[in-house]
Amino acid sequence: MIEGINFLFGEIYRILFVLIPVLVSVAMIVWFDRRVWGLVQKRKGPNVVGPFGLFQTLADALKYFFKEIIIPSSANKTIFILAPIITMTLALVAWAVIPMSENFVLADINVGILYLFAISSLGVYGIIMGGWASNSKYPFLGAIRSAAQMVSYEVSIGIIIINVLLCVGSLNLKDIVMAQQNLWFVVPLFPMFVIFFISALAETNRPPFDLPEAEAELVAGYQTEYSGMMYAMFWLGEYANILLMCALGSILFLGGWLPPIDIFPFNLLPSPIWMVLKILFLFFLFAIIKAIVPRYRYDQLMRLGWKIFLPFSLIYVVLTASFLMYFDLLPKAGAL
Amino acid sequence: MYTHAFFFYFFSFIAIFSALMVITSRSTINSVFFLILDFISVGCLFIMVGAEFLGMILLIVYVGAVAVLFLFVVMMLNVAEQKQSWFMGKKSTHIPIGLLFSVLIFLELLVVVGGWKYKENLMTSSTLNMDKKISNTHEIGSVMYTDYVLYFQISGIILLLSMIGAIILTYRKRENIKRQSYFNQISRERSSAVEIKEVSFDKGVKIDD
Repeated sequence: MIEGINFLFGEIYRILFVLIPVLVSVAMIVWFDRRVWGLVQKRKGPNVVGPFGLFQTLADALKYFFKEIIIPSSANKTIFILAPIITMTLALVAWAVIPMSENFVLADINVGILYLFAISSLGVYGIIMGGWASNSKYPFLGAIRSAAQMVSYEVSIGIIIINVLLCVGSLNLKDIVMAQQNLWFVVPLFPMFVIFFISALAETNRPPFDLPEAEAELVAGYQTEYSGMMYAMFWLGEYANILLMCALGSILFLGGWLPPIDIFPFNLLPSPIWMVLKILFLFFLFAIIKAIVPRYRYDQLMRLGWKIFLPFSLIYVVLTASFLMYFDLLPKAGAL
Repeated sequence: MYTHAFFFYFFSFIAIFSALMVITSRSTINSVFFLILDFISVGCLFIMVGAEFLGMILLIVYVGAVAVLFLFVVMMLNVAEQKQSWFMGKKSTHIPIGLLFSVLIFLELLVVVGGWKYKENLMTSSTLNMDKKISNTHEIGSVMYTDYVLYFQISGIILLLSMIGAIILTYRKRENIKRQSYFNQISRERSSAVEIKEVSFDKGVKIDD
């Protein structure tokens, strides 16, 4: 019994050791995002609260915390309250399998990549539930758009993941990183990396694919009726999801925690720092794209997903598989 | 061991409870959400018996895609308004049909369980010997594309056919509709779009001739 309790506390300690950095970096990343956005547009961005405005997000969070939570009288209360909780929980739960270095991972499971894929496909529920339970027009339209968008881009992300898995021969995230020791997958699979990046933008509802919350048409989409802490939870979950997608991209294509070349000046830095640098690099691209690309129209978005990305990534699966088959490079069963 | 039992009873209790709630809850939306909860807890049970690949696929396919479509349909049809329960209606035809099907399913279960009871080596004769060192994803992959490749391909083709059938049933060609051609839009040039004309005073120009 005592052992069980000790084990439980040990696990909670380990979980907090992952969760708290994620939450803090979400706050920092929001600041970074707004800062980049501002600098691209020749503004300064948030620079007042704290050094360089670093505490801006904390101030915002504090503001949300003290605002009243308004629940519309015609809303379905249970689902309305559940929706932001689900969004945030799913965004945080997925971090359990992300390996930050060879030993620094909460749960080293066999089907890590499938787990991440499953969690990100569940993410659509927070949005649908929020949009439906608000019982109002704009949130519902936003939710419907978002559900269709996320489901269709998941398909192409799945096929891109198959491309990587063909080269690795294992669903374990650690194995995926270790298979890139000689060559990062971004080199042979560069077109897939580009498509993955764009699909990740669509999957996380980032501009130019932020149709679910297109403020010019839908007020704030599925978040319209939310206020106070519940809105903040949606917002935290969204940014945690973006970070997760960046982490997934760096694991699949940029070699996770591995340094670019395993020689003297590069391998001085500890591996989690390489991972963080790669995540930051991908997030920087996310932020730049938010600033410089106009929003897609809905039918253009659907066309891009189903008529361009899906066939192209399917053809690339065939190409990768036949290349590996022809040169006898397929990973042997049970080798990993 | 105790932890394992605890989690097993936890997930199976949720699974049975939500399965009951699917058929008894008044609002259709709630039953869809309970169905999703049921899928998730059954997925967890799959993972607990060591079939992690099946569990994850259940989550991805059923919860991530199929149940989203269920939700879509239910939200669009506005069946949430259905207030009175159909158990109460006098002329209800649902109950006899439901009874018929449940009796059929019960009989099928009896056959399956009876097979276990009376032929002791049924389980061992019909299951594969798993190598514990190889993960079950590898195991499924190595069987699916070698011994069962025909069945796998046939099931894929059946799905494809049903998809094409659904598209044909709902597709109708509409005349007089303006569609955008992206290729034409992008390849448009200034010379074909804009023309500069000298306008002499007090005469004007004819457009669209």
